Amino acid sequence: MTIHQLSIFIENRSGTLIKVLDALKEANIQIIASTIADTADYGIYRLICSEPMRACDELKRAGVAVALSEVFVIAIDNEPGRAADAVKAFSQADIDITYMYSFLNENRGLLIFRTNDNERAQQIITANNMQIISEEALQSLV
Amino acid sequence: MIWNPNKECMSRDEMSALQGKRLHKIVEYVYHNVPFYRNKLQELDIRPDDIQTIEDIHKLPFTTKKDLRDNYPFGLQAAPQSEIIRVHASSGTTGNPTIVGYTRKDIGVWSECMARCLTAYGVTRNDIFSVAYGYGLFTGGLGAHYGVEHLGASVIPAGTGNTEKHLKLIRDLGITGIACTPSYALYLAETMEKLGIRKEDIKLRVGAFGAEPWTESMRKEIEERLGLKGYNIYGLSEVMGPSVSYECQMQHGSHINEDHFYPEIINPTTLEPLPAGQTGELVFTTLTKEGMPVLRYRTRDLCSLMPGTCDCGRTNVRMGRIEGRSDDMLIIRGINVFPSQVESVVLSMPEFAPRYMLIVDRVNNLDTLQVQVEIRQEYFTGVFDTPAAIDALEKKLAAKLKSVLSIAAKVQLKAPNTIERSQGKSAHVIDKRKL
Ligand SMILES: [Zn+2]
Repeated sequence: MTIHQLSIFIENRSGTLIKVLDALKEANIQIIASTIADTADYGIYRLICSEPMRACDELKRAGVAVALSEVFVIAIDNEPGRAADAVKAFSQADIDITYMYSFLNENRGLLIFRTNDNERAQQIITANNMQIISEEALQSLV
Repeated sequence: MIWNPNKECMSRDEMSALQGKRLHKIVEYVYHNVPFYRNKLQELDIRPDDIQTIEDIHKLPFTTKKDLRDNYPFGLQAAPQSEIIRVHASSGTTGNPTIVGYTRKDIGVWSECMARCLTAYGVTRNDIFSVAYGYGLFTGGLGAHYGVEHLGASVIPAGTGNTEKHLKLIRDLGITGIACTPSYALYLAETMEKLGIRKEDIKLRVGAFGAEPWTESMRKEIEERLGLKGYNIYGLSEVMGPSVSYECQMQHGSHINEDHFYPEIINPTTLEPLPAGQTGELVFTTLTKEGMPVLRYRTRDLCSLMPGTCDCGRTNVRMGRIEGRSDDMLIIRGINVFPSQVESVVLSMPEFAPRYMLIVDRVNNLDTLQVQVEIRQEYFTGVFDTPAAIDALEKKLAAKLKSVLSIAAKVQLKAPNTIERSQGKSAHVIDKRKL
């Protein structure tokens, strides 16, 4: 059970990030979590937000290169070492975590990540009794 | 069908003899009527009588766009103003426009050449033919218009405005032929689809496309979407206007009206003539023009000539597609690079918008080439959420560029609609080298 993340291509020059944020503001979209993977020439701005489908449409209308990616969100206890435990479960099953970021919510940690094999990742999540966060549950945070 | 078999199917010997005779006459004419040419010929110690055969053309000086600008407005006009019945002007991106005056005979020759083109496309007096080139100072509109009238088909002077109304006429009048730029043809197809008009609802069967470079893939797309056969038409106002050359049913090279416009291909650097089949700069001498004749006018267009009898029966030499502009040629690490080569690669990959920018620089005494392209919004999908995926796309384009250009180029992906749409080709290049 994955959720929708927006992946946005942004160039490394002034004004490009604000164009995206302004379009989201204009559409009354709230950002829940975000991160930027940056290279020398460009960045990929990944974000979790309210109404991802509508956000994607609005950004497209604003001329932004944006796509929806499927990522997992799991909740972990707010204690040292819990992220390591979670990631170890996937690595032991030979599943690659392509990227990961996290945020803290009501005294629990939320890990957002993409894998190279969503089907098997889902099995690991179920087998290890990990607390997966659905799109609806995430939306209730805003 | 061939409009004028006497002139379009001559034997090579007859054609050369005619061209030689006409060349002598035109040199004599400009010698006595255009001080610019008289001075040039005198400097080279050439008398009109030294020019007797078409081979003697190599003795003559070249004419450039700059010569035309320097002699603005009427300096190169050979006929007295009382004989000029029309004036066109070509848009100059810098400085003065080029002014071209036509006598009544010139307009007649132009209409004749245009009728030859239209006949080669299969247009007859039974056709209803729409001219959707700009009417005005640009030669496209009126040039095509007079040709259609001369041929005897019904001309619809549509121009370039009001596309929806034009489409209504195309459908309601059963218009069968159209002359316009290839990009306008695509715009027409787009508008048609938007209005819900199907290609089965219209009768268009012939398109005469020119005035801008286009590719074989564009031809396929236009033919498919409009349900017609698309033919190339080539021309330039300095020489005449559209109808200098035209494709036939074979769609394999454009026949040059060489009894009026003598073509040569030269090396743009050494100015030496090149053997048939080699790509170089196209040069035209007008053999019959009265208003503003030109001797060896350098078009800056790069192409090759294809001699020999065509399967259509015409013997007039053909020119291949324009492969680039000699003034756009870049020399990067000693290799000749044309922006049009980059363009053809970019156009062949659907992931990218048809816009690009070349940035040439010199770092540590080594030339560098960077190619910027825009990813198309609809091709930016979820798989591109990592730099690795973007880098792979950049590398895919870089590999194709390397195989076409023979030098390595660094590809930089840009967001949609961030590269300026350019008018002239040179606007695609930023050369930062301080040479
Ligand atoms: Zn032919």
